[in-house]
Parts: sequence; structure tokens; C-alpha cells
Amino acid sequence: MTSPMGFLFNEEHEMVRKMVREFAAKEIAPKIKELDRKQQHDPAIIAKMAEQGLLGICIPVRYGGQGMDYISLGIVSEELEYVDTSARVVMSVHVGLNSLGVLQWGTEEQKQRFLVPQARGEKIACFCLTEPDAGTDVQAMRSTARREGDHYILNGEKVWISLADVADHFLVFAKTDPQAEPPYRGISAFMMTRDMPGVTTGSYHGKLGVRAGNTGWVKMDDVPVPVENRIGEEGEGFKIALSCLDNGRYTVAAGALGLIRASLDASVRYAQQRKTFGVPIAQHQLVKRMISLMVQRRDAGELLVYKAGWMKNQGLRNSRETTLAKWFCTDASFDSAADAVQIHGAYGYSDEYDVERFLRNSKGAVIYEGTRELQQLLQADYEFGYRRYRPLRCELPAYDPEEWTREA
Amino acid sequence: MKVAVLIKQTPDTAELPKVSPEEVRSGDVKATMVINPWDEYAAEEAIQLGDRFGASSVAISLGKEGETDALKHALAMGVNSALLVDVEAAREGDVWAVATALAAAVQHEGDVDVVLTGKMSVDGNSGAVYTGVACKLGWNLLVNVTKIVDIADGVVTAERSFEGGQETVTMPLPVVISVAKEINDPRYPSFMGIRKASRAKIPVLTAQELGLESIPRAVRWENLRKPEARHTEVQIIEGETVEEQAAKLVDALLAEKVI
Ligand SMILES: Cc1cc2nc3c(=O)[nH]c(=O)nc-3n(C[C@H](O)[C@H](O)[C@H](O)COP(=O)(O)OP(=O)(O)OC[C@H]3O[C@@H](n4cnc5c(N)ncnc54)[C@H](O)[C@@H]3O)c2cc1C
Repeated sequence: MTSPMGFLFNEEHEMVRKMVREFAAKEIAPKIKELDRKQQHDPAIIAKMAEQGLLGICIPVRYGGQGMDYISLGIVSEELEYVDTSARVVMSVHVGLNSLGVLQWGTEEQKQRFLVPQARGEKIACFCLTEPDAGTDVQAMRSTARREGDHYILNGEKVWISLADVADHFLVFAKTDPQAEPPYRGISAFMMTRDMPGVTTGSYHGKLGVRAGNTGWVKMDDVPVPVENRIGEEGEGFKIALSCLDNGRYTVAAGALGLIRASLDASVRYAQQRKTFGVPIAQHQLVKRMISLMVQRRDAGELLVYKAGWMKNQGLRNSRETTLAKWFCTDASFDSAADAVQIHGAYGYSDEYDVERFLRNSKGAVIYEGTRELQQLLQADYEFGYRRYRPLRCELPAYDPEEWTREA
Repeated sequence: MKVAVLIKQTPDTAELPKVSPEEVRSGDVKATMVINPWDEYAAEEAIQLGDRFGASSVAISLGKEGETDALKHALAMGVNSALLVDVEAAREGDVWAVATALAAAVQHEGDVDVVLTGKMSVDGNSGAVYTGVACKLGWNLLVNVTKIVDIADGVVTAERSFEGGQETVTMPLPVVISVAKEINDPRYPSFMGIRKASRAKIPVLTAQELGLESIPRAVRWENLRKPEARHTEVQIIEGETVEEQAAKLVDALLAEKVI
């Protein structure tokens, strides 16, 4: 946090920040290097996050959550990624992409059935949009959902799915009308659960970064999904996916801000210790330049991220602001991590220091949840007026402290 | 039953190296202030005594007006209430003056059966305040307690460790207990606790209310300086086998005259 108290954050936010910082330092930091090296996902970390209530942070208490606001979600994402990206990814997919989607689009009955156990951390949730031939071009997806009586039969393959081998609940997008024109109108959303027949998953190894996180594939062979598990109406899937991304991208942006801070703090520490030509390298102007660029990215990023968070609290549509924050912060975190490695010299190039992990981890976020190029296109399209907000059948509810903390 | 837990607000240990003697002298330390880590064990124990014996708990801290971060941390963990003791003569005095003010606050609170404290503070490091508090209150003192086994019929049964051993002791209430870190695993503040604590208005007890406008002191700080930074070097002992590594390690230790 660089903004003075009261400008972006209140005392409650500050206490949340302190708590999560301590949590990440004690529960994640001591083992992350080893997990990353071994490309090992540690389920104990998610279990601890669940126990602490992080998995339901901004979900109303009556749906099993903690009743905090959307800014707190950003703070948790930021502080977790300060230590490692893998823990922040859990917030992005479980809370941002899945649970908030159910809060926004689910029926009351679906909220009871899916959101309550997810917010309590009893069930882990993920988001399945990407396919082998459909990433940025979501409409090109081939997965299908064929209606048969009171079930949909799902077929297809999803790839690059975070928590694929861990999740119990899968928010899956598939075509109920493969012939629809334009094609996005044929997409629908479903909550598929691991216990359904025909669901198989697997994990990838050899990722550049987020090596302590689980990423994999999900295959669906004639999976019978009850009609009651369809989220939203038939054909609303594309809009639902975009709503989910408004929240997922927010957590990615906030996390990237944490990564900028981590790169900066590590660099400041190292630059004061390491001496060349008789003085600490902190005194060389070109090193100072790298530090000040990180400071600039951190402070600007903080404003962009929490402006989006504030808009969510107010119930204002924020797709443009969120994508701008996501684009800026993820690019900035990659540049900052690269500079951090540079400041560490050869030591930064080895895993003795954390900064090489920061660099590897930072690249993913420039790709997932909408590539940098997609975010750039969106900004211009909003500016030209080619794209504008249209009312949604279900909006993300504004944060209301009383409503959020009501027991029933 | 009522438990008072004494809490100190101290600089975040990660930031201690940054604190300058001038800041300490003026009392205006620029580091992030947190609950003294040893006191987290005392706060956790107070909460657990609440769960086990229905005890109510109050966190008491000596500090300037507004220095409530540590108290709020204790509230957010689940301690029932908090009290800030604003006694300038104690803040600027010695360990005995601090103990005098804290004991007076415990008495002012009334009906307290157990006072819990951490084993020391990470900034002052005296580890003597609880002794002074027990002395001032005229209560029994138990130090290095690793487990509170039972509290029944006005008697506390506790396990405490000392160098080379462990003993189980019983002692009549009221009692001052300083806890060791083995006693529990302090919880993180919960979100519900954070909401409650961030809205809490913490009452302030003044020197006038306690009749402590001045406290005689025996110790004066003549000078304050920072210890020289220690220069340490890390040496990784490599070798094909464990035996070879061990042999090299022994040679290195002998060469350094460590053994
Ligand atoms: C670690 C990780 C975790 C992930 N987790 C998930 C998950 O949980 N759920 C999920 O559904 N997906 C997930 N993904 C997938 C991710 O969202 C996609 O990789 C991303 O959307 C890009 O799709 P693609 O890889 O198919 O690239 P493509 O769409 O093939 O893009 C390739 C390149 O072309 C550019 N490009 C494409 N179209 C245009 C255009 N119109 N104009 C300009 N440039 C363009 C892109 O920017 C990119 O540089 C994850 C990916 C990673 C790496």
C-alpha cells in the first residue's frame, strides 16, 4: 500500500492486508521455493486458505462467505501474489471466475447448492473456457451440450484449466446451438461436478511459471449434466463468461501489483547490499532508473486496480477499467520482474533468489484471462464507441455491508 | 472468570533494523507497528480460556492515544474487549513504572482472576514486566507456562518448563502467568473479528483516573545506541557423501576453534 489511509483503503482493509501478509509469510513463503522447483501443487495451502475464509472473502455471509467487499478481494490477491502467483491463481479462479459468476447469474437454489460450499471452501471451483482451438477466439469453441430430457449431454475438451486436477466444481462453457449466428449466441454455461460420469482431468508439467500451481485439461465424454445445473439461460454463456472475466481479471491485476511490489522490495534490498566500484549499486544512476520505474508502475497500478474495485463496490460496470488495470499491471509486473533480475545480476539468474521465479510467474498473466493484445483492442474499441456497456439481465450486486453480513 | 491479557505494540520485527536510536528516544518510531509476537500466544490463550471455562477476556495495553493497532489485532483474534492505558510517566519510565501502570489498570478493571502475558517484548526484551505486575498486585506468578491444564475451585493447574525439565504446578488464583510459545498456535484474525475490531471504540484509561500522574523511577537511559551490524558469512559444505560432508564440517569447525 502506498496510498495514504482513507484515500483507497479504510482501517478494515488495512487489517485484512496485515492478516493476509502474515498468512502468506507463514503458510506459503517457507515452502514455495521447493514446491516451485518440484513443480508440485500443495493442497495443504488451499486447505489453509479455506480455513482462514479467504475462499469466500467477498461472498455474503448468508451464502457461506465472509461478507467483505471487493476491495478486500483485491488486497488478498495482491498480498498472496507478493509471495507466490500460485496462491493468487486460486483466488482468481475459485472466487473471481467461478463463485462471483454464480453470485451474479445463479438462481437462489444454485447459490445454496454451489456457492455456499464454495464460499466455505468445502468445494473447490474452476473455470473452463479455453479449448485446443479456441483461446482468444472464444466463439470457435467446439464443446457441445445436447439437451436430452432433463439433462444436457456435454462433450469436448478444455485445456489450460487452472486447478483442473483439484476442483470439485467446473463452470463449463459449451455450445447448445453450434449453428447459431453470430456463434457466441449458441454458448451456454453449466456447473459440472467431478462426480458426474464421463469427466476426466489431468495436469501439465513443464510450464514456464506458476509451477507450484495446478494447471491441466478437462475432458468430457457424454457427461450428463442436469438442467438445474445450467447457469443462466440457454445462449447466455458468452455474457456470463465475460462477467466472470471482469472479476477474474481484477484479481489478476491486483496480484500483478503484488508482484511489482515484490520485485521492487527485493531489488531495493539487494541494491543496498551489493557493491561495485566501491559503492552500493543503489548509487548508480541506471540502477536508480530501474527502481524508479518500478515505483511508477506500483503507484499507477494501485490506482487502476482499486478504482476498478471501488466501482465494483458501487455496483458500476467496470469491464473497461478492469481490463485496463489488468493490461497495465501484468505488463508492468513482467517488466518489473525482468528489471529485478537485472539488478540482481547473475545471482538473479539463479533460483537462490526469488526474482527469477517472479519473472517466470509474471509472463502467464500477460496471456491468460485475455491476452495483452485483446485488452489493447478492447480499450480502443471502447474509446471509438465500437463497444459499449449494454444492460445485463443479472448485474454483479453492489457491495452493501449490511446486506453482506446478514446471517439469513 | 475474567482474564486480562497484557499486550504491547512493537515494531514489525522485519523492520527493526531500520529503527534509529533517535526515533526510539523521541518515541516516534517510523516502522509498521504490530502486536508484540510473544503476546499473540497470550491473546490466543485468553481466547481458549474463554472457550474452555467461559472466561471473559480484556486486552490491556500501555500506549499513547491512538496506539491501538495491537489491541485491535487482539480483538480481531477474538479477545472480548480492549483497554488503552495512557500514562505518560509509565511510557517514559522504567520496567517498574510500566508494571505499576499495568497493575493499576488490572485493578481498575476489577474481578480479574488471571493475567496473561507473553515472555518478553521484541523491542524492550526485558522479560521482567510480568514479574513487576505480579509484585505490584501481590499475586502469585507462574512463568514459562506451556499448558494450562485446568482452572477449578480457585486453583490453576499448569505445566511449565525450565532448563532441563518440565513440571506441573498448582497455584491459587489470582495469578499472573507468562506463557511460552509452546503453549498454543496463535490464530490469524478472522474476517468477522476484523470487522468488529475495525469499528471498535477502545476506551482510554488516563493517568488521572489511575492516580499515576508521576511514578518514581530508578532507572534512567543515559545513552542509546544501535549495536554494530554483525557480518556473517555462509559457507556451504559440499561433498560426495554424508560422511565426507561431516568430516569437512568437523575440520572447518576445528579450524575456526568452534570445537
Ligand atoms: C497458466 C495459465 C492458466 C490458465 N488458466 C485458464 C483457466 O483457468 N481457464 C481457462 O479457460 N483458460 C485458462 N488459460 C488459457 C488462457 O486464457 C488462454 O491461453 C488465452 O486466452 C489465450 O488463448 P490461446 O493460448 O489460445 O492464444 P491465441 O488465442 O491462439 O493467441 C495467440 C496470440 O495471438 C494473439 N491474438 C489472437 N487474436 C488476436 C487478435 N484478434 N488481434 C491481435 N492479436 C491476437 C494473442 O494475443 C496471442 O499473442 C490459462 C493459461 C495459462 C497460461
